[in-house]
Amino acid sequence: MAIMEVLDPTGKTADSQFGSMRQPLPRPKSLEGKTVGLLDISKPRGDVFLNEIENSLRDRGANIVRFTKPTFTKPAPVDLRQEIASSCDAVIEALAD
Amino acid sequence: MTPPTTETPSDTATTAPPAPPSNQLIRFGAAEDPFEAMFDRGWSDGLPLVPPTAERVAQMLSGTTRAPDEVVAVVPPDLVECTVETVAVNAVMAGCRPEYLPVVLTAVEAACTDEFNMHGVLATTMSVGPIIIVNGPIRHRIGMNSGGNVLGQGNRANLTIGRTLQLVVRNVGGGRPGEIDQSTLGNPGKLSFCFAEDEEGSPWESLAQERGFPAEASTVTIFAGEGPRVMVDQLSRQPERLAKSLALCLLTTGHPKMALAFDSILVVSPEHSARFRDAGWSKQRLQEELRKNMMIDVGRLPAAAKGITTEESESIQVKQLPKFRDGGLLIVHAGGRAGLFSSAICGWASGPAGSQPVTHEIEHV
Repeated sequence: MAIMEVLDPTGKTADSQFGSMRQPLPRPKSLEGKTVGLLDISKPRGDVFLNEIENSLRDRGANIVRFTKPTFTKPAPVDLRQEIASSCDAVIEALAD
Repeated sequence: MTPPTTETPSDTATTAPPAPPSNQLIRFGAAEDPFEAMFDRGWSDGLPLVPPTAERVAQMLSGTTRAPDEVVAVVPPDLVECTVETVAVNAVMAGCRPEYLPVVLTAVEAACTDEFNMHGVLATTMSVGPIIIVNGPIRHRIGMNSGGNVLGQGNRANLTIGRTLQLVVRNVGGGRPGEIDQSTLGNPGKLSFCFAEDEEGSPWESLAQERGFPAEASTVTIFAGEGPRVMVDQLSRQPERLAKSLALCLLTTGHPKMALAFDSILVVSPEHSARFRDAGWSKQRLQEELRKNMMIDVGRLPAAAKGITTEESESIQVKQLPKFRDGGLLIVHAGGRAGLFSSAICGWASGPAGSQPVTHEIEHV
């Protein structure tokens, strides 16, 4: 088989291929006194599900802040993501139907 | 300081060689079969690809006057900037000819708008994918099919343009089945779904004209839709009866009891459109008759319809809702000369909270 050179179809440069990958933060060891954001993605009955999660987490000593995405069909707006990142130690994003 | 030149005028008139490609060159091993190597790198949609050699990509780029390093779009879901050259690489792999490239570039731009919402169209558990409808003179110039078997196989332009868009989403955007693409069932059109409107045989203004573009403009309209479903009516001779018959079938898109949920495309074939042409029906008249026959009886709003909570839905009493929102049914004329069939293509979550059809003019052609 002949050696062949082809162009990369991903459009990524050598630098961007691995350099931009971010590592997730370490998981909190305990929720005691931590602030947990609950993100409702605006699917039907997401509130029902998150109410149960909220009760369960409050029993473990967590402070709860609730957030809602404008629509489940699109990624959360940048402002909302930054607000969650700056005010919470952890976030739970809920699907429901 | 620029040194004084000794070049003669004829020397300066020679064309500069094309700039070297910006995308990385990947060298396959001596023992590797290039076709297998491309599968192994995850670039394929499941079908073989044409190896995108620098020569083939340079040839592809001859199909546009746009600079290879121009950014066409930021492609979801990974939000990666995609250049003209990278689109050309994927167009080579999909099997495009250079003259298709302007259509492909416009389709990529239209798909990566906030209105179309390619991220959501990709991520949804529903079966939809991007569907490309081409209008205007470019349809003929590049040999697209708007006639027999229009939604099927056999036409290189139709098939490879649609395939390239999906390869760009896969390879540049990083959108792959089982990852961000969470579709439960998918549909065969997610490999490629692109066709041209039969404007010459249509009794009506084209889809692009309806959406505000002049007849001489070449355009791409992109729609989030699933597979086409044929509607058989070989008996109706009166336009009222045919409209009623098509409405009955269109009501079943998504679910017969779902109202105002999804947009749809109605592809009317020549033998069906002849019934409306003979009766002098405008496209608007057909829209009105269809709407009249697509009102859904509802005792009360279904739970959670359009953001209404379960509690609210118990208290809101309505009698009838239309199947489609205003402008939510796109009518396109296409298909072979014989056959009393039309086709329904069901969409996805409609409007600003989901995906909206987007039409862009194809420039630089």
